[in-house]
Amino acid sequence: MPTRRIPAALALAAAIVLTTTACGGGSASSGSNSSPKTLTYWASNQGTSLENDKQVLEPELRKFEQQTGIKVNLEVIPWSDLLNRILAATASGQGPDVLNIGNTWSASLQATGALLPFDQATFDRIGGKDRFLPATIASAGAAGKDPAAVPLYSMAYGLYYNKKLFQAAGIANPPATWDELVADGKKLTTGSQYGLAIEGGNVSENVHHAFTLGMQHGTGFYDAAGKPQFDSPQAVAAVKQYVDFIATDRIAAPGNAEYAANQSVTDFATGKAAMLMWQAAGANLKSHGMNPDDYGVAPVPVPAGSSGPQATSSMVAGINLAVFKNTKNLDGALSFVKFMTGDDEQKLLNSTYGSLPPVKAAQADPAFATPELKTLAGVLSTGAAPLPQVASESQFETLVGTAVKNLLASAAAGKPVTEAAVKAELSKAQQQMPAN
Amino acid sequence: MTRYRTALPYLLLLPALAAELLIHLVPMLVGSVMSLKQLTQFFIRDWSAAPWTGLANYRTAVDFDAPVGRALLDSFGVTCAFTVLSVGLSWLIGTTAAIMMQDAFRGRGLLRAAFLLPYALPVFTAVITWTFMFQRDTGLINHVLHDQLHLVGDKPFWLIGGNSFWALLTVSVWRSWPFAFLTLTAGLQNIPRELYEAAAMDGAGVWQQIRRITLPSLRPVNQVLVLVLFLWTFNDFNTPFVLFGKAAPKAADLISIHIYQSSFVTWNFGAGSAMSVLLLLFLLLVTAGYLVATNRRRGADD
Amino acid sequence: MIDPPASFRWLRRAVLLVLAVFTLTPVAVMLSSSLKPLQDVQGPWRWIPSHPTLRPYVDIWTTVPLARYFTNSLIVAGSATGLSVLIALLAGYAVSRHRFRGRRLFTVTVLSTQMFPGILFLLPLFLIFVSIGNSTGIALYGSRGGLILTYLTFSLPFSIWMLAGYLDSIPRDLDEAASVDGCGPIRTLVQIVVPAAMPGIIAVAVYAFMTAWGEVLFASVLTNDETRTLAVGLQGYATQTDVYWNQVMAASLVVSLPVVAGFLLLQRYLVAGLTAGAVK
Repeated sequence: MPTRRIPAALALAAAIVLTTTACGGGSASSGSNSSPKTLTYWASNQGTSLENDKQVLEPELRKFEQQTGIKVNLEVIPWSDLLNRILAATASGQGPDVLNIGNTWSASLQATGALLPFDQATFDRIGGKDRFLPATIASAGAAGKDPAAVPLYSMAYGLYYNKKLFQAAGIANPPATWDELVADGKKLTTGSQYGLAIEGGNVSENVHHAFTLGMQHGTGFYDAAGKPQFDSPQAVAAVKQYVDFIATDRIAAPGNAEYAANQSVTDFATGKAAMLMWQAAGANLKSHGMNPDDYGVAPVPVPAGSSGPQATSSMVAGINLAVFKNTKNLDGALSFVKFMTGDDEQKLLNSTYGSLPPVKAAQADPAFATPELKTLAGVLSTGAAPLPQVASESQFETLVGTAVKNLLASAAAGKPVTEAAVKAELSKAQQQMPAN
Repeated sequence: MTRYRTALPYLLLLPALAAELLIHLVPMLVGSVMSLKQLTQFFIRDWSAAPWTGLANYRTAVDFDAPVGRALLDSFGVTCAFTVLSVGLSWLIGTTAAIMMQDAFRGRGLLRAAFLLPYALPVFTAVITWTFMFQRDTGLINHVLHDQLHLVGDKPFWLIGGNSFWALLTVSVWRSWPFAFLTLTAGLQNIPRELYEAAAMDGAGVWQQIRRITLPSLRPVNQVLVLVLFLWTFNDFNTPFVLFGKAAPKAADLISIHIYQSSFVTWNFGAGSAMSVLLLLFLLLVTAGYLVATNRRRGADD
Repeated sequence: MIDPPASFRWLRRAVLLVLAVFTLTPVAVMLSSSLKPLQDVQGPWRWIPSHPTLRPYVDIWTTVPLARYFTNSLIVAGSATGLSVLIALLAGYAVSRHRFRGRRLFTVTVLSTQMFPGILFLLPLFLIFVSIGNSTGIALYGSRGGLILTYLTFSLPFSIWMLAGYLDSIPRDLDEAASVDGCGPIRTLVQIVVPAAMPGIIAVAVYAFMTAWGEVLFASVLTNDETRTLAVGLQGYATQTDVYWNQVMAASLVVSLPVVAGFLLLQRYLVAGLTAGAVK
């Protein structure tokens, strides 16, 4: 082969690939029913391990097969891989029929156009929109658009407190305002024990708390037109308040700044910290040997005298169930969604995973009448707001979460974290957002 | 028969060429095409329909006054410093160990086996163990430095903040020096013993033998070794990713992680591809320069 | 070296001791942690387990399908190694023994692919795999085949480079003698060159195996539950609720054992092989 032809051959090969990938890609249009007997379902890791999830889900999938004759191929995907896998599936059109997504990704994934929109007619086919809590529907896609998914498992943040340690410090009730929390935290902070444990190295945890505090200060990190406002005075105040738990209040251990493997839950369970802000931690605490009687759960504090959005004490946390638009079994996929969001499955799955059913009728079940879940259900129905449902949500989570992580790292290293420093870090995050 | 003779080398190359085309070259070209597009999540589903943006992604990447370019430049700087130190140290330790283990002594085989362990352990395993050791409150490193040796007053952080650079460097050197050791051990075996004997007759001590005989003889091996180490270290993704996760601390924000964050985590594949292409151009330039420089020096010495 | 003085010997002992500690500490940590219950692992560091247990070694098999991941990794890394060596040997033989047009272009191109940042071609590669699947029905995405193909190519550049160099150092008289005896080029390669190049081939094989064994990024996108490899699968011990440190360490030791053993068996070939390849 004469050498000069090699670049030409390369270019030709590239051109062929470009055209075939374009055709093979997502341009395949909306769903069909050409393969009515099987479904592929990607589940997220909700239980103690991937195998545990399989043990929970497989009997249910068999039930579904008995009812409908549709065989569901299950793959449980670890969180570390899930978004990449969805991305790859979106880009190639080669994906599952039904999949779990973190509900905060809803609007981002909605923007790709790869997910089936749940319009009125589609909702009717799965039993209607009214069955779900409004807050959970609000976190299934951008406002004013048909949701890109339906809620499957819901959670909310609560303030977990160690009853024994509170008693020992002479504190009768859990704090309801931040002033109280800091005051209590200082009382509870002794040599080896701290008032509060936070998961400072975990980008998502950081951004969730920053968001809740932001709402309390009057910002949702985006303006009404959907433009990022990461470094508004309110956002700076919110982030500073969070960082100050380590920096000035010193009620959280400096070591918390690097926690990213749920060490804060361990610290709370082992009595190294007296309070923890977490979503549905019950099952997790139990596995660390902490009895439900040993801790109480209250809503996360809010500023004194606040009301309305300023009294938000949690984001709407949870998992949504979405249908890939180019599924080859649209009817089957929707029956499966209906099955999974039916009252029976909702009760069974949510009680197994320690989460709350987003379906109102299922919440009445006694399985969810524990003190912990009752508190969290109250938060979810009245005190929770969805994270910004904008296309750039994943960038927001990464950039602001990382900014908070960096600030916590400085605070933990004993450097003063001033308002200006917080603002600078947040401005930098904002400027890295794509222009449109 | 002669036609067969002419075709033979191409036939032999065919499998390699096909594999390289499919896995490296064509995807690489596709990636370069992507870098000219505005490939965000709005277009990922049908990316051939994504709007062309010309060189806009490149302009953003090299606009060092704006935060994106600034961050990329910082990350590039960190990567360069990290690579130079890691390759330098790996090479130094590898050379030292190889020279010191050149002569037989009791337990040499066992020690050599031990030295090769880091190279034989899977990346994830090795790095997750280091992560475990670097934890501030419960990790081994601080236990030894603080509790046992009392070398530091307050327990330092290793996985966040400025020290994360040194943590990353430690792990990287730990993982790559055995390869240098191995290669150089091999290289040393090619040096004829007579050379040393002659030098010893001339009254050269150990250090002079090392300087006059060992090091010059290793030069061709080093040329290859340093280049390979450089490319591995510069492009290393696994080590920082397992050590720090998706959001690396600023001091340890290696370019591979940075680009990963710019494309996979924030879903802007156009920008990520543009950064990768720039990185590739840089590596090609460095490699070409390196090969020219080392070959010329080798030529001058001969 | 001739007659190292006592001072050099003492220095040597000290340096090698420090290096041994540096190298082996993480291995000791793995061993110690794998024998502790999770609560002890999450607590402050202790060298000697206070409640030694073998439980993690039992649990590792049920927390994640470790046996399946291990099998996948063995199949993928093993096949990628075999094919990579074969392809590199053919190419290296061509480059070393034949003079032909495009030879330099080939070597330079192949070498330059060693520089490609993986992140640049991960998504395109995935798209290509899928489109090949859609148009020909050959499933590369999600299959072991696709991963094998990917990994064998990853190790090709360095392998060709090393083998070509190694073959250069084998005297040509050997092949010429064979061809006088009437052997065709392929028979010469198989019967004469391969045995002579065995150390170099082993060296390349170890390199190719390690490349495939540890890769994380591509495996996480190109595999599914059935075909997931160890490098990715081990991350399954870090779950939604906990990081099972003790199990990660136990599993790591268990899966590394056969590899390390095989590696150590082959190391003397590797040493001999690299010599010739690198000195070229």
